[in-house]
Amino acid sequence: MFFLNHIYLIPLFPAFGAAMMFFFGRRLQKATVSAVCVGVVAVAFLFACFTVVEYTHFAHGTGQPFEKIVYTWLGSGDGHLNFAKRDGTLAAFNADAGFLLDPLSSIWLLFVTGVGMLIHIYSVGYMAHEGGYYRFFGYMNLFMFSMLTLILANNYILLFVGWEGVGLCSYLLIGFYFHRKSATDAANKAFIVNRIGDAGFILGALTLAWFFGSFRFIDINELARHGNFALGDVHILTIAALLLFVGACGKSAQIPLYVWLPDAMEGPTPVSALIHAATMVTAGVYMVARSNAVFVLAPTAMKTVAIIGALTAVFAASIGLVQNDIKRVLAYSTVSQLGYMFLALGVGAFAAGVFHVFTHAFFKALLFLGSGSVIHAMSGEQDMRNMGDLRGRIPTTYKTMLIATLAIMGIPPLAGFFSKDEILWQAYRSAEGSFPYLWLIGFGTALMTAFYMARLIFLTFYGKPRMSHEVEHHIHESPKSMTGPLVVLAICSICAGWLGVPASLGGTNAFGKFLEPVFARDAVATASVAPAEPQEPAGEEHRGLEWTLMLLSVGAAVVGGGWAYGYYANAGKDYPEPIAVKAPPVYNVLYNKYFVDEAYDYAFTGRRKIGKIRLGAMGAGEASSWFDAKIIDGTVNDVGWVTRAIATLSTWWDKWIIDGLGVNGPAILARMISYPARLLEWGLVQWYALVMVAGLLGFGVYYIWK
Amino acid sequence: MAEITTLHYLVVAAALFVLGVIGVLTRRNVVIVLMSIELILNAVNLNLLAFSRMWGNLHGQLFAIFIIVDAAAEAAVGLGILIAFFRNKETINVDEIDLLKW
Repeated sequence: MFFLNHIYLIPLFPAFGAAMMFFFGRRLQKATVSAVCVGVVAVAFLFACFTVVEYTHFAHGTGQPFEKIVYTWLGSGDGHLNFAKRDGTLAAFNADAGFLLDPLSSIWLLFVTGVGMLIHIYSVGYMAHEGGYYRFFGYMNLFMFSMLTLILANNYILLFVGWEGVGLCSYLLIGFYFHRKSATDAANKAFIVNRIGDAGFILGALTLAWFFGSFRFIDINELARHGNFALGDVHILTIAALLLFVGACGKSAQIPLYVWLPDAMEGPTPVSALIHAATMVTAGVYMVARSNAVFVLAPTAMKTVAIIGALTAVFAASIGLVQNDIKRVLAYSTVSQLGYMFLALGVGAFAAGVFHVFTHAFFKALLFLGSGSVIHAMSGEQDMRNMGDLRGRIPTTYKTMLIATLAIMGIPPLAGFFSKDEILWQAYRSAEGSFPYLWLIGFGTALMTAFYMARLIFLTFYGKPRMSHEVEHHIHESPKSMTGPLVVLAICSICAGWLGVPASLGGTNAFGKFLEPVFARDAVATASVAPAEPQEPAGEEHRGLEWTLMLLSVGAAVVGGGWAYGYYANAGKDYPEPIAVKAPPVYNVLYNKYFVDEAYDYAFTGRRKIGKIRLGAMGAGEASSWFDAKIIDGTVNDVGWVTRAIATLSTWWDKWIIDGLGVNGPAILARMISYPARLLEWGLVQWYALVMVAGLLGFGVYYIWK
Repeated sequence: MAEITTLHYLVVAAALFVLGVIGVLTRRNVVIVLMSIELILNAVNLNLLAFSRMWGNLHGQLFAIFIIVDAAAEAAVGLGILIAFFRNKETINVDEIDLLKW
């Protein structure tokens, strides 16, 4: 039990390598850097192998998880960090530095360390002439540490530590050539889009903790499998599951958060192979598979996962049909294959999804490393329009890439056939009598995958040479450090599928059986809610249908490959693109990636304006700010103005009316009366006499006329 | 030739009255103003006598004697005021008698 008890050492080996690079890397020789960094990953791989062997002895096929808690990281024994659960009782907040090994994480452990080791060996050759050698390996080791923490964590919080760590390393490695603005932009884009997913993930994890009272996977799985859940509970679980899926969309590049993955090709090719093909992007799949007990209780969430997976698969495959950069085709291929994995998870075929992750890691890493070898041979050229006829010149690369392409197309008996067909078969079965839309979308994607992958091979390795003469003279096969891993991965791409041969073809499906305990379904639910149907292996009567579907997909692969052969195998300079010839508007839309990046630019980055008005979410912010400054503050200012106006009016009233009329008025009136009144006291006697006479005359006139 | 009726007497009295009033109002010399006042009184006397004759009794004539006495007293007093005033102001211009004013 030595290895199991020291399982925490597995992530610490690459962490040691990263620390060494951080402190001493600048002063070390390239050879020392390679030895340390590749060495620690190799040691981690060996340790992982022994650990998994010990685990199989420990578990005896029951799939019982092995948990090792190293120390209490977040949590307090005396109740300080208690929180109220959904049903009102108190639960203790507890997130240990704990490591969990069960069949699911052991599979991930093996291929992450294995493929990681091969890619580190490859990078020794690939990055030999690049600057920043120690920085590259330091970041790669840091990435391995984060990924291993993610896989081996026993609770959501420690998983999130690894989650964020891989996002950080992705940013650091995509922006490795930081002198290039396109690279730093791509790194920013990756990190920011990932962050959106992270918000969803943390909300989902907290919702689950609030609902179940714990962050530990064992606790949550236990409660989810054996609990009674009413309809209201299912709503909360659906929300939690969808939030977790948002996190998975960000990390594993599903619609709508996939936009970072194609741009991430700005990083060096080993980075694309490791992070964006085999490991980091599978973290989302891992997390959803780990939370399968919760997802199974929320059928709506499962449906959403399946639909988004299927749509992403076909969407990305359609864009990949017309891209010219070799790495970009592979990037969209990755997004599309990840869609397959989520499709599998969504219809309840968790084991099939995990199997596809496993096989995909091998052939996708091989494809990326092979493309790196091609780019290395072509002195940095990445555009397939300038390649051609490399078949004889870089034979090892050609052969290994051909194997990987056949694997991804799903040609038996290579690896991709078994995993992809299992997914398509489960998708077909999940329709349960109604029209199998999901299978149809998967089938169409398989056809497109075959076409664009064959196109890639034919444009790169067949046809007439389309490169410039200096480049042509420099074409050479890559060094052994690069071709070695290619060969190993090719062997794995051929053999990995044999671990999961389904019963219908006479196999034992050892892979599925190994994973069975992780995805066991024995949740008890009330009558109003039923979990998703368990996916048992088909009985005898379904074998015929399964064989028919297998033949259809193999046929699709062959047809797709054949079509591509027809168009591209003899491509000379300025070869025509068939889609561009037949339907130019379709070609334009596909070539511009459905203008999604432009749409996001308009909606969210706030760089676009119409006249003076800014668009999108930032525009809404600007509009609010304008509203606040002009209208709300304007109202406040107007109230002030009104107050001043009233005051002015009041002053005027006081000055002219109150003082004028009220106070001075009688005085003026008195003075005005006094003028005639003075005449009464004139002092002139004769005037008085005149007045008397006038009055007398008046009387007289009045009485005479009366 | 017409009969001398009461009306003729009244007209004469009225004329005298008006002349007296005009004199009071317009003459500058105080003595002349006093003389005009006498004229007014005498006009009134004439009026009374005319009416006495008309009614055929002596009421009018009786009252006229009262008025004559009254006029005499008044003239005496008036002249006394005039002299007192003259001592002060050295003038008999009625326009300059304006001490009792604002």
